[in-house]
Amino acid sequence: MATTATAPAYGPTDSYVGKSGIWAWLTTVDHKRIGTLYLFTSLFFFIVGGLEAGMIRWQLAGPNKHVLSAEAYNQMFTMHGTTMIFLAVMPLSAAFFNYLIPLQIGARDVAFPRLNAFSYWVYLFGAMFMNFSWFIGAAPNGGWFGYAPLTTMQFSPGLNIDFWVIGLQILGVSSLAAAFNFITTIINMRAPGMNLMRMGMFTWNAFVVQFLLVLAFPVITIALVFLLFDRFFGTNFYTIAAGADPLLWQHLFWIFGHPEVYILILPAFGLTSEIIPAFSRKPIFGYPVMVYATMLIAFLGFGVWAHHMFAVGMGPIGDTVFGVTTLLIAIPTGVKIFNWIFTMWGGSIRFSTAMKFAIGLVALFTIGGISGVMHASPPADLQQTDTYFVVAHFHYVLFGGSMMGIFGGIYFYYPKMTGRLLSEKLGTWHFWLTFVGMNLTFFPMHFSGLLGMPRRIYTYEAGQGLETFNLLSSIGTAVLMVGTLIFIVNFFRSFKAGAIAGNDPWGGGTLEWSIPSPPPEYNFARIPRVTSRYPMWDVKTPALTAEVPHTVKGDTRLDVDVASKHTGHAHPNPVGNEPKQVAESGMHIELATGESAKDLGIPMPNPTIKPLLCAAGMVIMFSGLLFIHKNNMPLALATIMGGALIMIVSLYGWLLTPLEDAH
Amino acid sequence: MAHAAAAHSAHDTTHGHPPTSTGLDNKKIAIWAFIGSECMLFASLISTYLIYKGRSLVGPYPHEACLPPVCSTPLKAILNIPVTSASTFVLLMSSLAMVLALSAVEMKDQPMPQGFGARLLRSSRLWLWMTALLGTTFLGFQAFEFTSFVHEGLTLRTNLFGSSFFTLTGFHGAHVTVGVLWLLTLLAIDYRRGLGPKDALNVDIAALYWHFVDVVWIAIFTLVYLIK
Amino acid sequence: MAHDSSQDSHVAHVDHAAMGIEKEHPTWSTYWKVAVVLALITVVEVWIYYVPAIHDSRAFVPMLLTMSAVKFITVVMFYMHLRYDHKLFRVLFTGPLIIAMTTIVGLIFLFGKLSLLN
Repeated sequence: MATTATAPAYGPTDSYVGKSGIWAWLTTVDHKRIGTLYLFTSLFFFIVGGLEAGMIRWQLAGPNKHVLSAEAYNQMFTMHGTTMIFLAVMPLSAAFFNYLIPLQIGARDVAFPRLNAFSYWVYLFGAMFMNFSWFIGAAPNGGWFGYAPLTTMQFSPGLNIDFWVIGLQILGVSSLAAAFNFITTIINMRAPGMNLMRMGMFTWNAFVVQFLLVLAFPVITIALVFLLFDRFFGTNFYTIAAGADPLLWQHLFWIFGHPEVYILILPAFGLTSEIIPAFSRKPIFGYPVMVYATMLIAFLGFGVWAHHMFAVGMGPIGDTVFGVTTLLIAIPTGVKIFNWIFTMWGGSIRFSTAMKFAIGLVALFTIGGISGVMHASPPADLQQTDTYFVVAHFHYVLFGGSMMGIFGGIYFYYPKMTGRLLSEKLGTWHFWLTFVGMNLTFFPMHFSGLLGMPRRIYTYEAGQGLETFNLLSSIGTAVLMVGTLIFIVNFFRSFKAGAIAGNDPWGGGTLEWSIPSPPPEYNFARIPRVTSRYPMWDVKTPALTAEVPHTVKGDTRLDVDVASKHTGHAHPNPVGNEPKQVAESGMHIELATGESAKDLGIPMPNPTIKPLLCAAGMVIMFSGLLFIHKNNMPLALATIMGGALIMIVSLYGWLLTPLEDAH
Repeated sequence: MAHAAAAHSAHDTTHGHPPTSTGLDNKKIAIWAFIGSECMLFASLISTYLIYKGRSLVGPYPHEACLPPVCSTPLKAILNIPVTSASTFVLLMSSLAMVLALSAVEMKDQPMPQGFGARLLRSSRLWLWMTALLGTTFLGFQAFEFTSFVHEGLTLRTNLFGSSFFTLTGFHGAHVTVGVLWLLTLLAIDYRRGLGPKDALNVDIAALYWHFVDVVWIAIFTLVYLIK
Repeated sequence: MAHDSSQDSHVAHVDHAAMGIEKEHPTWSTYWKVAVVLALITVVEVWIYYVPAIHDSRAFVPMLLTMSAVKFITVVMFYMHLRYDHKLFRVLFTGPLIIAMTTIVGLIFLFGKLSLLN
């Protein structure tokens, strides 16, 4: 039986000794704090993106409205897309990667804590840079996909696209750095006994996403470099008059862009795969198949990119190949849907708010998947492409999929992060308003799309049969906004007023539920040894894991002893658990004791401002490019060199300083 | 059934970092992941170069002369194979120097052998300098090549060849430059406190980066210079 | 915790574990032989460039690509000691390499440049 009944009443833990205040947050290298920073910042930008959507839907609520000019509308939908993808959904996923991965694998932090902090500050400064454009009336206006040659100097002479190109380059650095970090962390820092097939489903999905990031972001980096060079240095990559191919940008962009959408959805899938088993009181159905399906989705995801280009005239072979690969990728995705359903089948279901959102993802993503399969056929897609039918599809998978999964994850993990539960009552309102609002907004778009309403138009004429659908969408948006408002209220109120959560409010099966909520700075006082993929259930409710492969004790498959046999030497660096201690600690639950890392003799990484400075220097360096556009070369050079200097000096300081005090 | 662990002894030796899951060092895993991303970076650059091969509307061209009326003044084929072959050889030998530098660092604490040649092999400073020197020589060749191309009428802006060639080789050259700076930093550390076996990992990371940059050049040399 | 060097007396005092070296370590002899091979192949590559009979034949490009591939693999296997290291690094490298090469080939095809591959 769980020992939480005898847990001490929640009180401020002393584990973060002397570490409060702004400076502590600016210098933090703790993955939990960095995850929290990501969460707050990305929720803020989710609201910004939502307001941008609100403006769009207000403009389109009726024919020939004048809420936004055509130019303002272009900026609005460009920033809505760019914000939601790069500043909201991806960082929300990053919040979970940061907070959860070390907890789920039984580690004390990520492999490179300072690089982790650097990733966050680059994201924040990059987001600020890009949104600064609003204040000078030059927000990006070329669509979130920025097709060249439209975005070349010839057709977009203003600063708008410069902000977009430079901003995305900056954000790419953040994502890539984080990917190297998490790949290393997941490969190398798992608790003893946790071989790859015992990791949490969220960690698996996150792991695959990091590889997608590593492989996809360099491609858009180059596409953006070409556009940057064209705009600032007069190269000819996208200059038709010099013989450039108008499709180069599209191919390079979508080679990134398609893996990008799997980057957007897989974390939400991972969260769903944690929530559904917890609230069905059953292990996930078909764990190995879920893992292989995720890997297959990622791999195939690199072979489908030109399905975004069925209307450009690639020829029958190109169209067919990409049509077939796109149909194929529906298979592993569909497998996941069935596995979630089979997990629930025969389970003892509790409809907590998190569970509602997770089931919502299963239902709504399926709808989005169906319209996606319809796009996979090139002839059918010729009717659908560039219409609102596509807008309907990707909002079902992005909102109905990613956001529902992320919301579920927030309800599920908020207690772990804060020690308190979100209100289920407000959560239920949030869920239903979101579910209804989302369908009301996006379902009509299937119809207006098939009636021929094009994308990216700032208004439409009356009498084409589009008014009702658009009005419904706009009303739905208002419903969504009310739901989101309730969520924000819930989120902030529950910090102080929520019910105390304790270690394991949900009866979860994975490692993160074995430690206090919120976890102490060092996560685990003693690194546990896991006995199956549901180590908590092994300990608390073994009946649940009767059919999951596991050992009671003594599984040495992933162990100090094994690692040292492999290499011929015990790992000499850094400080290690003596093998004997590890073998004896076993799986255990830890309660809040208020002990700090120092009390326990656990060396922690030292906080440092250098990652923030390095990020700031880098962003200053990049923003200097803007002055080239303004024909102010001296200022441009000064800013670029100044930023580079700050970046390099802080980088050298960072690399030459040890992570922790000598021990 | 495990029980809550409420107390810890003051000298609990399970403090600190647990050993790694694989017995390998984090930095080495990270550098290989980074190299994976660099594969895609250079693949994009190389693909674009190959896509635009032969599609420049005006000269100069890489392997053919450009004659009137396409070019107002005749321009000869601009790539200089003999010079680039030399620079390729220089870069390949720099990889040898790098490997010897790493070996010297690893063997620093072992007794010095007899023989001038054998002792020479053990000097980490010598081989780090050689690598940096050869790398800088390569960059010198590149600088020479770029400036002579500009004099012959090929710039970033001239045509598709100019844009894609200079961007591809420029990115490669920038990577070499970062590598040289990295080597000079290692040299500085060697002079300051000496590099020994405990630094082998860090030198290994630098070496992996350096070899990868060399390997990318192997691809560029063939695809850009030797194939018409 | 200090490195226990007493365990290392039989091999070079190297952080082998961290470097993931399991099998034998390459020697100076291997290194210079590899360098000679690389230099020789480069010489051959440049040489056939200047032999019109080969240069203009359909075998030229395949020959060049093969030789470059051999150089590439040699540097990766021996200098980057992928041959001697833990399997994990081979996986971490070959995956992206395959995706990179497939992307190049895919793009070449889509832009109608298959003639480049002869």
